[in-house]
Amino acid sequence: MWEKKPILLMLMATAAILVGTIVTMVLPFVWVNTEADRIEGVTPYTPLEQEGRDIYMREGCNNCHTQTVRPLVAEVVRYGDYSKSGEFVYDRPFLWGSKRTGPDLARLGGKYPDAWHFQHMENPSSIYPKTNMPAYGWLSNNALKPDKIRRKVEVLGFPFTEEQIAELATKNEMDAIIAYMQKLGNDIPWRQTARTEIVGELRNPFAGADQTTLAAWKPLYQSNCSACHGANMEGGIGPELVGEYYDEETLFRLIYDGIPELGMPAYANLGTERVWQLVNLIKYDQAMGN
Amino acid sequence: MGKPQYHTDIVKSFVNWSLVWGVVAVLVGVIVSFQMVNPDLNYPPYFTFGRLRPIHTNAGIYGWGVGTIFAMFLYMAQRLCKTPLWSLGLAKFQLWLFNITIAASAVTLLLGYSSTLEYHEMEWPIDIMIVVLWVTFSINIIMTIIKRKEEQMYISLWYMMAAIIGIAILFTVNALAVPVSAFKSYSIFAGTNSANVQWWFGHNAVAMALTAPPLAMFYYFLPKTTGVPIYSHRLSIISFWSLIFMYLWTGAHHLLWTPVPDWIQTLAMAFSIMLIAPSWGSVINGYLSMKGQWHQMRDNYLVKFLILGITFYGLQTLQGPMQAIRSFSAFIHYTDWVPGHIHMGTMGWVSLVSVAGIYFLLPRIYGREVYSIPLANLHFWLVVIGQLIWSTSMWIAGVLQAGMWNAMNADGSLTYTFTETMVEMYPYWWIRAIGGIIYLIGILVFIYNVYMTVQKGKEPAPKLLEVEGRA
Repeated sequence: MWEKKPILLMLMATAAILVGTIVTMVLPFVWVNTEADRIEGVTPYTPLEQEGRDIYMREGCNNCHTQTVRPLVAEVVRYGDYSKSGEFVYDRPFLWGSKRTGPDLARLGGKYPDAWHFQHMENPSSIYPKTNMPAYGWLSNNALKPDKIRRKVEVLGFPFTEEQIAELATKNEMDAIIAYMQKLGNDIPWRQTARTEIVGELRNPFAGADQTTLAAWKPLYQSNCSACHGANMEGGIGPELVGEYYDEETLFRLIYDGIPELGMPAYANLGTERVWQLVNLIKYDQAMGN
Repeated sequence: MGKPQYHTDIVKSFVNWSLVWGVVAVLVGVIVSFQMVNPDLNYPPYFTFGRLRPIHTNAGIYGWGVGTIFAMFLYMAQRLCKTPLWSLGLAKFQLWLFNITIAASAVTLLLGYSSTLEYHEMEWPIDIMIVVLWVTFSINIIMTIIKRKEEQMYISLWYMMAAIIGIAILFTVNALAVPVSAFKSYSIFAGTNSANVQWWFGHNAVAMALTAPPLAMFYYFLPKTTGVPIYSHRLSIISFWSLIFMYLWTGAHHLLWTPVPDWIQTLAMAFSIMLIAPSWGSVINGYLSMKGQWHQMRDNYLVKFLILGITFYGLQTLQGPMQAIRSFSAFIHYTDWVPGHIHMGTMGWVSLVSVAGIYFLLPRIYGREVYSIPLANLHFWLVVIGQLIWSTSMWIAGVLQAGMWNAMNADGSLTYTFTETMVEMYPYWWIRAIGGIIYLIGILVFIYNVYMTVQKGKEPAPKLLEVEGRA
C-alpha cells in the first residue's frame, strides 16, 4: 500500500530515521556535559587561547591531528592520560579529528616550552628533519583584532577581563595558537598523577662502555634530544649538556621523569635501557662536547 | 497514450556541472596527496593541506556526488512518474543555486572560514544556501511524484524520498550554531555532544548522500541496461526499510574508545554489524538480477560499471562493519587505512554507478550514441586500477602504521617514536599519489568521451528511442 502513497512512505521513512536518531543522538544530551561530567580545574579558554583555537580551526589543523587519547596501553604511554568527557565542555565544536597524519595533541599542553613551539611552527624540519608538517611561521605576521575576539568570548559566555583584551593588541596569531596548544589537556594534573616512581637501586647497565659503543647511540640522541639541546649538546631551547654536572642517577631521573615545570618532557616511554644509553652518551661521549 | 514531454536540458546542465566539480575534486585530491609527501608544496595562507583537504572532500561529495544525484533524480523522477518535472523554473533556479553554493564553498574554505566539522566545514551562510538548495530540489521531486501518472512507485523513488528527508534532518541539526560574524559561528553543541552529533551526521551523510541515491540509480540503471527486471521485489523492500532504520544508530562507530558514553558505542558497533544484511540484500539482488545475463559483462560496458560498482559496495559494507568492531578499531582507527576504505566507497561504488548513469543518459538527453565504447572501456580500467592502487596502498600503510604505533618493548616502552612511524608512510603516500593520477587520467578520458559524444556522436538507432518511449 505504501508503495502507492508517497506521503505515507515519507512519514514512515521519517519515523524509521528518527528512532535511531533519538536513541543515539538526542537521548545522550541527558548524560553528557552534565554535573556528573564536570572536572574541577577545567576552565574556559582565555580570549587569547580561544583565538588560538579559532586559528587552529581556520588552518584545518584537525585534518592531520587528533585531540583525544584512547584508553589503550600504547596510546597512553605515547601521549599521556586518556581523555575524559569533562575536559571538553568548553569546546565548540569538538576537535577530536579522525586521522593522525601527525601525532595526537590532546596532552600537548605543558609538554614543551613556548620556545620549542615557536621554532617548530617556524621550521618544523629543524626539530623533525623528515616531517611533512608545513611551516606556519607566517602566523607571526598577523596581528590580533581585540574587538572581534571580545565579541567571540562574549558570545561563548567565557569570563574575561579588560586587561586580557587590551593585551591582545600586543600579540600576534602565533602567540595565540601557542597559548592554545599550551592549554591542551593541561587543566587536569595528569602529569603529576601519572608520574612513575623509580623503585630500587639505579645501576648503570652500560658502565664502562667504550667510545665506539657510545657513538652507536648517537641517533637516539639526535631523534630525541638534539632539537633542544643542540647537535653537539651545546644547548639551544634547552641548556647546554655538560656530563660532569650530574651523577648518573640524577641524569637518569631527569631524562626519565622530565622537568615539567621547565618544559623538559619525560622520556619514560623510551624505556630504561634507552634512557641509560642517553645517560652514558651525555656523561661519557668525548666527541660530543665532553 | 502519447509520450510525455520530458525536460532534458536541465539534466544536461546538471551532468555537465557535476563533471566540472568532479574534476576539481579529483585534481585537488591529487594536489593534497603530493603535499603529504612534500611539505614545501604548501603555499600559505591559502594553498595549505589544512585548507585544501576540505575542498577536496566537499567538492567530491557535494559538487560531484550530489550534482550527479540531482541530474539522475531529475531524469529518473520524470520517467518513473511518467510526467514532466513539476516545475522547470524551480529546477533552473536549483541549478544556479547549486553552482553558486559549491563555488562559494570552495572560496570560503580557501579563505579559512571553516567549522572543521568533517563534510560540513562550510560556515553558516553557506549552510543556509545548502538548506535552500535542498528544499528547492525536494519540493520539485516530491511534487513530481505526487503528480505522477504511474500509480506504483518504483524502488528508486523510495530511496530518493528517504534521502530527501534524511539529508534535511541531518544537515540542519548538525549546522545549528550561533553566528558571531559574517563567516564565523560557534556550534550549539559542545565537546562530547558535539562529537556525537557530528558523527551521527557524518556517517549518515554517507548513508543518505552516498548510499541511498546510488542505490536508487543502481536499481534503475541495472534493469534498464540489461533489459531484465530486479530479481526480487520482496528483497528490495526488506533491504530498503532495514537500511534506513539501522543506519542512524551507527554514527558512534567513528568514536569508539573516545569519551562518548560506552553504551552509544556498543549500540553503534552492534548496528554496524547488522547493517551488513540490508547492504548485502541489495548486492545479492543485483547479482541475482544478472542470472542468465552474465554474458553482458563482456558485451555491454555499462554492465561492467554497474556490477563492479555494486561489488565495491559489497566490499565496502563488509569492511565498514569490521572497522566498527571495538578491537579492530583500536588497531586501525586514525591510520591511513581509513582513507583507503572511504575511497573504495567514493571512487569504487558511488562514482562507478554515477558514470554508468551518465553513459546511459548521454544518448537519451543528447540524442547521440556514445562516441567511443573503447574509450569507455579505457576509462573503466583506468579508474578501477587507479582506485585499487589508491586503496590497497593505504590499507597496507595503515596496518604498518598501526603495528608501529602499538609496538612495545619488553620493558613496556614504545619501540618507535611518532616520527619514525610517519617516515615509513612516505613510499605508500607516493604510491597513493600515483594511483590518484591514474584515476584522474581516467576521468579526463571520460570527459573527452562525453565531449566528443556531444560534438560528434552518431544519431542513435531508432530502436533506442522506442525503448525510451516505454520508460
